Amino acid sequence: MSSEKKEAQKKPSSKPVAEKPTPPAVAKPPAPVAKPAAAPAPPAKEPDAPAFEKGLVDEIKKRFGDSVKIVFIKRLRIKVQVEPKDIVEVATFLRDTMGFDHAESAGGTDYPKDNQIEVIYHLGSYGREDLAAHILSLTTRTSRDDARLPTLINVYNSVEYHERETFEMLGVYFDGHPRNDRFLLPEDWADIPPLRKDFRIKGR
Amino acid sequence: MTSVEEKFEESKRLGLQIVKESEDDRLMTLSVGPQHPGSGHFRFTIKVDGDYIVYCDPDPGYVHRGEEKMCEYRNVIQNIPHLERPVIHDSNNITYSYSLAIEELVGIEVPRRGQFIRAIASELNRQVYTLYWLAIYGIFLGHSTMFMWPAGDRELFIDLLEALTGARVTHAFNIPGGVRNDVPEGFRDRCIRQIRYFEKRLKEYEDIFYNNPLFRQRTEGVGILSKDDATKLGVAGSVLRASGIPYDIRKAEPYDIYNEVDFKVQYMKTGDSFARSYVPFLDMRESCQIIEQLLDKMPKSGEVRAKLQPNPKGPPGEAYRRVESGRGALGYYVVSDGTPKPYRVKISVGSFRNMLALPFLLVGQKLADMPAVYWSLNYWPVEADR
Repeated sequence: MSSEKKEAQKKPSSKPVAEKPTPPAVAKPPAPVAKPAAAPAPPAKEPDAPAFEKGLVDEIKKRFGDSVKIVFIKRLRIKVQVEPKDIVEVATFLRDTMGFDHAESAGGTDYPKDNQIEVIYHLGSYGREDLAAHILSLTTRTSRDDARLPTLINVYNSVEYHERETFEMLGVYFDGHPRNDRFLLPEDWADIPPLRKDFRIKGR
Repeated sequence: MTSVEEKFEESKRLGLQIVKESEDDRLMTLSVGPQHPGSGHFRFTIKVDGDYIVYCDPDPGYVHRGEEKMCEYRNVIQNIPHLERPVIHDSNNITYSYSLAIEELVGIEVPRRGQFIRAIASELNRQVYTLYWLAIYGIFLGHSTMFMWPAGDRELFIDLLEALTGARVTHAFNIPGGVRNDVPEGFRDRCIRQIRYFEKRLKEYEDIFYNNPLFRQRTEGVGILSKDDATKLGVAGSVLRASGIPYDIRKAEPYDIYNEVDFKVQYMKTGDSFARSYVPFLDMRESCQIIEQLLDKMPKSGEVRAKLQPNPKGPPGEAYRRVESGRGALGYYVVSDGTPKPYRVKISVGSFRNMLALPFLLVGQKLADMPAVYWSLNYWPVEADR
């Protein structure tokens, strides 16, 4: 047992050492376009967008026209952006007509350069088998100074805690959400929402 | 002895206000956790009316570490050791989807042997987690043998992972581009020997625990989550599969070499606590098959990881990748602005999603059924808090 273990520990430690001296001169260019074989999801540009995903997007486009902005279409991933006033309507359409029956997560990203916060909902489907691998990202943007958005809790029950988390981490108030209050942070937290970019971790 | 009337007169004379018993007076508020050993680092407030729970409000956050914020300060490789902290028992899976997301952003291709090794490591790690969860589930239903056995058999897999990665828990084994090191000499034989032994043990688990009439009475028909509700609440993993939805990321969106593995998604249709506790058990049995297949199909030699630039970075973009962890789909949403440090990392974990089912299921249950429902949700507080 012990000799086997020693053997086991020796082996892995010798391997990386042998590899280390290889100079990083062979560092690939960061552009993945040059290497389209990136195993699971080849980066797809608009022209060669996969057909099935294109079809889904066309369906949304047909219903909402230009009020829905398509950010990207990749294999298994679609990202659309809507105005805050349209989001409930679009989400209801996605749930009832397209079959995206649950929201996997909701979160936000702070963009101080644009003075905006982007809130993103990752929608998936348990009901439709052909959509099982797909994630539709429904995003909307709101101003950083008065961050307010309508809640999607009546469309997707599963966003209840995610929106609550987004409220405290990014300071986005969800109109119509029953509880915009403390969730993960300590009760005596008295600072700006920590996931905003102007919040700095102490000492860094 | 003073009668009630006399007391009433006395209080009127003193100017005290007598209030008739209201609905609220009948209810008792209980705080479960965070020190309660049965809840983990997690507190929820419940109100009981006699024996029945009428209200439940989860209060997570006792182990919130700000993982997502920490990610923004470190480059993608430095993030790995702290990202596995939320679930140290399942650290290969929580770093797996992170690696997948970074690989997609940077454009790294993982060597085939590396894909196999990390799939094996994550399967082994899922066993470790599920056994740990089963041990806790057993002890909180008063079955001490079911605490001892899984806690002991967990060592089998911990030993294997120690041989493979060098650490018992917190392996930091998955990195963008592959795995940290190759499998040691004799690993395959040892792995198969221990898996075979474990399969025999699983039969004994079934006899002593899952076929135990006491366990069945405590869990069957308790806390039923219907298929529709499961979809609406967006639960994940074994909770979802126990409600009759055969959804497993390994099947739904096969990552790495999972499309070459032949396995069935285990699910049940009853949606009660028994189903939720039995599905992880079925998963463990299926996982043994998967590991054997992976060991057989693994290329005999080759690179285990791609060569990385010192500070891997890709063009600005975003990726959302998922794997099936012990607690369900585990997704990473990574936004990159073209620098070596991620601009935003959002971890979407099964525990956080399953927490929503807790108030839904507990309301209307008896207080004594609370542990049976709570632990059947496969909830890991540290992961939910991140």
